[in-house]
Amino acid sequence: MQQIIKGNQVVPDTWEMLAKDASLEQLTNSGDIIVPLAMWLEHAHALKARDGRLGVWLDADEEAESIADDLEHFAVIALNFPVFSDGRSYSNARLLRDRYQYQGELRSIGDVLRDQLFFMHRCGFDAYALREDHDPHAALASLNDFSEVYQAATDQPLPLFRRR
Amino acid sequence: MYIYDEYDQRIVEDRAKQFRDQVRRYLAGEFSEAEFLPLRLQNGLYIQRYAPMLRIAVPYGVLSSERLRKLAHIARHYDKGFAHITTRQNIHFNWPNLEDVPDILEELASVQMHAIQTSGNCIRNTTTDQFAGVAADELIDPRPWCEIVRQWSTFHPEFAFLPRKFKIAINGAEEDRAVIGIHDIGLNAVRNEAGELGFQVLVGGGLGRTPMVGAEIRSFLPWPHLLTYLEAILRVYNRYGRRDNKFKARIKILVKALTPEVFAEKVEAEWQNLKDGSATLTEAELQRVSKYFVSPELESFAGDDAGYLDKRSSDNGFNNWATRNVQAHRAPGYAAVTLSLKQTSIAPGDISAEQLDAAAELADQYSLGEIRSTHYQNLVLPYVRQQDLYELWQKCRELGFATPNIGLLTDIICCPGGDFCSLANAKSIPIAESIQAQFDDLDYLYDIGDMELNISGCMNACGHHHVGHIGILGVDKKGEEFYQVSLGGKSGRDAAIGKILGPSFAAIQMPTVVQKLIDVYVENRTPEERFIDTYERIGMAPFKERVYAADN
Ligand code: SF4
Repeated sequence: MQQIIKGNQVVPDTWEMLAKDASLEQLTNSGDIIVPLAMWLEHAHALKARDGRLGVWLDADEEAESIADDLEHFAVIALNFPVFSDGRSYSNARLLRDRYQYQGELRSIGDVLRDQLFFMHRCGFDAYALREDHDPHAALASLNDFSEVYQAATDQPLPLFRRR
Repeated sequence: MYIYDEYDQRIVEDRAKQFRDQVRRYLAGEFSEAEFLPLRLQNGLYIQRYAPMLRIAVPYGVLSSERLRKLAHIARHYDKGFAHITTRQNIHFNWPNLEDVPDILEELASVQMHAIQTSGNCIRNTTTDQFAGVAADELIDPRPWCEIVRQWSTFHPEFAFLPRKFKIAINGAEEDRAVIGIHDIGLNAVRNEAGELGFQVLVGGGLGRTPMVGAEIRSFLPWPHLLTYLEAILRVYNRYGRRDNKFKARIKILVKALTPEVFAEKVEAEWQNLKDGSATLTEAELQRVSKYFVSPELESFAGDDAGYLDKRSSDNGFNNWATRNVQAHRAPGYAAVTLSLKQTSIAPGDISAEQLDAAAELADQYSLGEIRSTHYQNLVLPYVRQQDLYELWQKCRELGFATPNIGLLTDIICCPGGDFCSLANAKSIPIAESIQAQFDDLDYLYDIGDMELNISGCMNACGHHHVGHIGILGVDKKGEEFYQVSLGGKSGRDAAIGKILGPSFAAIQMPTVVQKLIDVYVENRTPEERFIDTYERIGMAPFKERVYAADN
C-alpha cells in the first residue's frame, strides 16, 4: 500500500485511485475510491448511491469550477500534477479552498516531489502522494523549508505586511 | 534603499539553506538533472557552454557600496575576477562552481542580496527607471512599488510554476526609461482627476520570437488594489496560458489569442473575487516601504555650480563627458552620473572585481554610498554634487568608466551571446566590439548623435534587439553564424518593434553594414533629426538600397 503524507505524518493510503479510462462497471459497492472528474460528471447519481466513501480527482487542465457545487459529496479531492513544472493545480487548490470553502482532504497526486511541498501546503493541500520513487519520510522536512512568508495564501490569510 | 528587517532576512537565509540542501541532494544523486533544473533555475543557476552561470538579483537596479564590495569579493573568490551587468539590471557570474553556489548565496544574504527567481518560469526581478528618485520628470518614485511587488512575488506559492517566465516593470516618470511596453506586465503611475494615485496596466508586451508591445487592460487601477489585481492577472495566466509549446507560452500569446478586451474581462471577473481581500495594500505598508526611499539629506544649492560650468567651457574632454554621461537631477547643484561599461574591446556590461571595488569607493565618496545598475548595462551614481564632477571624471578616466558615449552608437546593449550562452545562435560580443572599433572617432560619434544599437545572440532577445533603432540578431544559417538587421525599433513611451532590413550578413560585414546605415542617415537628415527620426521620415527603402547595392 502506498504511503502518503497527510498533515505532518506519513500514513498508509486507504483510497483507491481510478484511472481516467476506468468504467463504472468495475466498481464495487464498498471501498473508498477517488474517481476521475469525467466519471463524476457522468455518473454522479450512481456514485452517490455507493456505500464506500467518495473522492474525485482533477487533471491540471480541468477546472475547480466544474465541481464547485458538488463539494459536499467528496471526502477527498485530488489534483494532478502531470509534471511537477505544471503549476495549474496550485490555482485549482486555492479556488477550492478560498473561493468554494472546500474543507475535506485536498491531495496532490502525480509528479509530486518534495521541493514543491511547501508551495502546495500554502495553496491549501493537506495530503501529498509523492511520486513512488520518493521517500515521504525524508520529504516531510520540506514542509518547513521557510519560516516566514510574504503573501497571504490559503495557509496564512494575512500577508506579512498586515502582521509585521 | 530598502533595508531588510528580521522577516526579510529570515526569508533569504532560509532560501540559502534550502538550496544548500538541494545541491547536497543533487550531488548525492538523489535528483535527476531534470528535477534539479527548475530548482537551480529559480536560484538563477544555469549550466552554460563552459561553466555554470549564476544570475544574482539586483531588485530594480538598486545597489550600495557595501553590496558592490561583496560582489567584488565574489568575483575574485568564486569567479575569474569579473561580473557582468545584464540587460535586466541583474548581475551575472560566468564561472562559479556548482559546489560553491550555496556559499555564494550565503555571502549574498549577508548583504541582503539573493538570486531568488532570477530564472525559471516564475515572476522575475521587477525592473524600473535607473534614475528613480532623482529624475526631474518623475511623477512618483517607483522604487517603493517595486519593493512591494518584489515581496509579493517572492516565493508566491501559486505562481512558482507558470507557463513561462514573467517580467514586471514599473515606470513613475514622464519618459518611460523602464520600457514597460516590452514587459509581461507594465505598470505606469498615473493620477486620476481627483489627484489620486493609481496605475495604468499594460499586459502582454515582450520580445523574443513574437515581439509585441503590451496592450492596456486598465487605464486606472487605484493603488491599494495593485496586488489583488496582479494576483488576478497571474491566476488567469497560470490557468490558461499555453503549456504545450514553449514558444507560445508567454502571456502575450494568451492576450493576443483572447484579444486584450476578453483577457481584461477574465481578469476583471477573477479580480472581483480577490478585490478588497487581505492583500489590499494599506497606507501603513506604503509608508513603511516608502520611508526607505526618502531622498537622503542633500546640501542646498541655489543652482548650477559655477566652477562646474567653467570647467565645461574650458575643458573639451570634460564637456563631452558631462554632455553624455551626466544627467539632470531634481536637486539643484546635483547630478546623476553614468559610469560607462562600454569601453571598446571590453564586452558591454563587463566589470572587473577591481572596478567593482573602485565603483564602491566612488559611490561612498561622491554619491552617499548608493549606486544603480541599468538595463543599458551601465552603472549610475545618483547623488553627485556638481562641484565634484570634475574630480570624479578624472577618477573615472583612470578606472575605465569615463567613455563619454552614453546614449550614443557605441553604448551598445549586448547579450552574452555565443561566447557564454548555450542558447545562442551566434556570438554577439565580437559584433559589438567590431562596431565600436569602426566608430572610434568621438567627434564623428557625437555628430551621429542619439542612437540605440542593440544586439542579441538569438531570438530570446536578451539584448533587446527589437527595440534598438538598429537591432542586430544572431541567426544560424546551416550551422554558420549570421546576423539579421532590423531598423526602427524604439524603447520608451512610444515603444515600437523594428522591421527587418533584409537577408542577413556574415560577422565580418557588420561594421560596414552599420557604416552604410549611418551614411544614409547623415546624408538625409535635417539638422534636428536623430537617426530614428530620419528613418521614420524616409522609410526603409534608402537604407536597404544602400546596404544591398552591388559592391560599391
Ligand atoms: S539573446 Fe539568446 S544568446 Fe543572447 S543571452 Fe539571451 S538566450 Fe543567450
